Amino acid sequence: MKRKTISLLLASTLLAGTAATAEDVTLTIESWRNDDLTLWQDKIIPAFEAQNPGIKVKFTPSAPAEYNAVLNSKLDAGSAGDLITCRPFDASLALFEAGHLADLDDMEAMGNFSDVAKSAWQTDDGSASFCVPMASVIHGFIYNKDAFAELGLEVPTTEAEFFAALEAIKADGTYIPMAMGTNDQWEAATMGYNNIGPNYWKGEEGRLALIAGEQKLTDPQWVAPYETLAKWSDYMGDGYEAQTYPDSQNLFTLGRAAIYPAGSWEISGFNALADFEMGAFKPPVQNAGDTCYISDHTDIGIGMNAKTANPDAAKTFLAWVASPEFATIFGNALPGFFPLSSTPVELEDPLAKEIVGWRGECESTIRSTYQILSRGTPNLENDTWGASVAAIKGTSSPAELGQKLQDGLASWYAPQQ
Amino acid sequence: MQKPRIRWHIAVFLAPAVLVYTAVMIFPLFNTLRLSLFSKIDQERVYVGLQNFQTLFGDPIWSEQFWNALGNNFWFFLIHMLVQNPIGIALAAILSHPRLRFAALYRSAIVIPTILSFVIVGFAWKLILSPIWGIAPSMLDAVGLKSLFAPWLGKEEYALTTLALISVWQFVGIPMMLIYAALLSIPEEVLEAGEIDGITGMSAFWKIKLPLILPSIGIISILTFVGNFNAFDLIYASQGALAGPDYSTDILGTFMYRTFFGFQLQLGDPHMGSAIAGAMFAIILIGVCLYLFGIQTRMRRYQL
Repeated sequence: MKRKTISLLLASTLLAGTAATAEDVTLTIESWRNDDLTLWQDKIIPAFEAQNPGIKVKFTPSAPAEYNAVLNSKLDAGSAGDLITCRPFDASLALFEAGHLADLDDMEAMGNFSDVAKSAWQTDDGSASFCVPMASVIHGFIYNKDAFAELGLEVPTTEAEFFAALEAIKADGTYIPMAMGTNDQWEAATMGYNNIGPNYWKGEEGRLALIAGEQKLTDPQWVAPYETLAKWSDYMGDGYEAQTYPDSQNLFTLGRAAIYPAGSWEISGFNALADFEMGAFKPPVQNAGDTCYISDHTDIGIGMNAKTANPDAAKTFLAWVASPEFATIFGNALPGFFPLSSTPVELEDPLAKEIVGWRGECESTIRSTYQILSRGTPNLENDTWGASVAAIKGTSSPAELGQKLQDGLASWYAPQQ
Repeated sequence: MQKPRIRWHIAVFLAPAVLVYTAVMIFPLFNTLRLSLFSKIDQERVYVGLQNFQTLFGDPIWSEQFWNALGNNFWFFLIHMLVQNPIGIALAAILSHPRLRFAALYRSAIVIPTILSFVIVGFAWKLILSPIWGIAPSMLDAVGLKSLFAPWLGKEEYALTTLALISVWQFVGIPMMLIYAALLSIPEEVLEAGEIDGITGMSAFWKIKLPLILPSIGIISILTFVGNFNAFDLIYASQGALAGPDYSTDILGTFMYRTFFGFQLQLGDPHMGSAIAGAMFAIILIGVCLYLFGIQTRMRRYQL
C-alpha cells in the first residue's frame, strides 16, 4: 500500500513536471535491429520529427540475441522505452498477456493492414492486436538470369516446367541446378516446405483449418509438399547432405548454381556479391492457371509500452509507422524486408520490386507452423525441419513423415486430438 | 588440563578454496538438482517431485530422445576408448623410444590441437570435409579413391563416428602425455633386469611397461568417460543445437542444452533441462563409482 502511494506520488510529480515545462516529448524505441541504427537515425526519425514538432524520437537497439531478455527485465523494472519493437508470435503475445504491451485495436491506422499481416501480433482469437506490423519476408526462388539465357530456359510457372528446367540445367552440366543443402536443416523447412507448401494447402485456408483442427498433417495437401521435396535431391548437387546455408549462398552468388530457393532477406546480400543479373520466380503451381499462394511471413512489428508516460505521442508515432510514407522509406532502405501496409509501396530495387509484386497476383499466407502450433513439446517447427530434410534425403516416406508430425502435434494440441 | 587450542589457520587456509568451489560448483549443482523437482504451471513454479523424471523416462516423446542421446553418447565414448587411447599409448611408446629423433617436435605437434578451441576445430574440420570447398574430396581424388568420399557430416550413419574421430584427433595428446610421463618414470634398472632375463623389444613393452602404466590407463579411461558424457561443444559448434542429421549426433549435452535454453520456436524449459542434467550427473556418478570400487581397488600396483 505504502509503495503504491509513493509510486502514485512519483507519477504525479512526473506528470506535473512535463506539463509545467511543456518541453518536447521524447519517445524511446526498444529494438533488436542494431543493424538498422543509421537507417533510423538518418532517415526515419528525421522524417517523423519534421512532421511532428514537439516529439523527439530515440532509437536504442540492443544485441539481437539479448533483446528478449533485456527487454523483459527492463519492462519488469519499469525502465523500458515508450515503443517496443515486436518479435512475431509467442514472444510478443507473452508480453501482451503480461500487460506490457498496449491494445492498439482502437487505432484507426490498424485498418491499413490485412488480417494476415496482423496475425503475428494478435491474441489467438484475433480479438486484440498489440503491434503495428512493420515488415515481412517473402519466399520464392531467385535465379541466375545469365544462366537461364545461356541455356535458353524460360522462367517456370508450373511444377512440371520447374522440374523440366531443373532437368535441363542438370543435363547441361555447367551449373548446379539448385543451391540448397540439408546440413543446417532449417532451409529445407523454411525455403523448402513452407516455400512451396502454401500452393498445396491453399495458404490461409489450410493454415487456419490446421489450427482449428479441421485438417490434419496426414491430409494429402500437407503430405504432398514432402513428395515434391523428395524430387529435389536429384538437383541439389554433390554432397548436399553436408552443405551448409553459407555454402549455398556462396554457390549461388559465385555463379555456380542456377536456382536458389530463397527468402527475400537475401536480396541486399546477394546484390552486393553476385556479378550476374538475378531474377525471381514464385513457387510454381501444380497446374497452369491455379491460384498461387506465397509465404509472406510477418517478421517485425512495433507496439506501445502499456506503462508509457506519453501514450498520445507514442500513438502518433505508431500511426505514422502505419502510413505509406514510413513504408516507402523502410522498404527502400532494406530491400527484402517488405512493408506490410495494404497500400502498395514503390520499391526501387528491381529484384525486391519483382518479389513484392507477387502480392498482387497471389494470396498471402505465413509459415504454417509459427502461430500457436509450435507452443508445445514436441515442437512442430523443429520437427518440420527434420521432416523436410528426411523427405529430401528420402530416409522416410512422405506418408510416414506426415503421420509422425501429426502424432507429435496431437500429443499436446487439443484441437488435433 | 589445558584446553586444546582451536586451530584457526586450518579454516583460514581452507576458506578461499571452499568458498570459491561452493559458489561455482557445489551450489549450482545442488540448485540444478533442486530445480529438476519443480515445474512451471500457469506462470507459477510448483513443486512436482519426481514428475519431470517420470516424463523423461516414461513419456515416449522424451524417453526416445533420451535413449537416443545416451546411446550416441556410449558410441562416442566407445570410439574414444577404442581409437584415442590405444593410439595415445602407441604414440607415447614410440616417443619414449630413446633413439627417436625430433621427439620434442612430434610431441608438440600432437598436443597442439588440444589447446585449440572447439569452435575452431569444428569449423576447420567442417571445411576440410566439405564436399564443395573441402580438401578431403580432392585429396582422395588425387590418390584415385574419390569413390570413397561421402558427405560424412551430413549422413546419419557416419556423422557421429566422424565427429568422434575429430574429437579423437583433437584430444589424442592428453593420453599420450600422461602415458609418456608414466613410461619415463619406469626405472632403467627394471628394464635392464628384464633384458638380462631375455625380455627385449616388444615383449619388454607388453610384459614390463604395460603392467606398470595400467593405473595411468585407468585414470585416462575415467577422464575420457567423464569428458565424453559431458561433451557438448564440438557437436554444437559443428552440427548446431539440433544435432543433425536427424538427431544422429545428439548426445546428452546437446539434448540438455536444447531443452534447457530452448531452440528457435521452442521455448526453454529449465525444469526438464535440469532433470536431464540430473540424469547426466547420475550416469557419470555411477560410471565413476563403478571404476573406483570395481576396478581401481583391484588393480595391482607395483612399488618401484
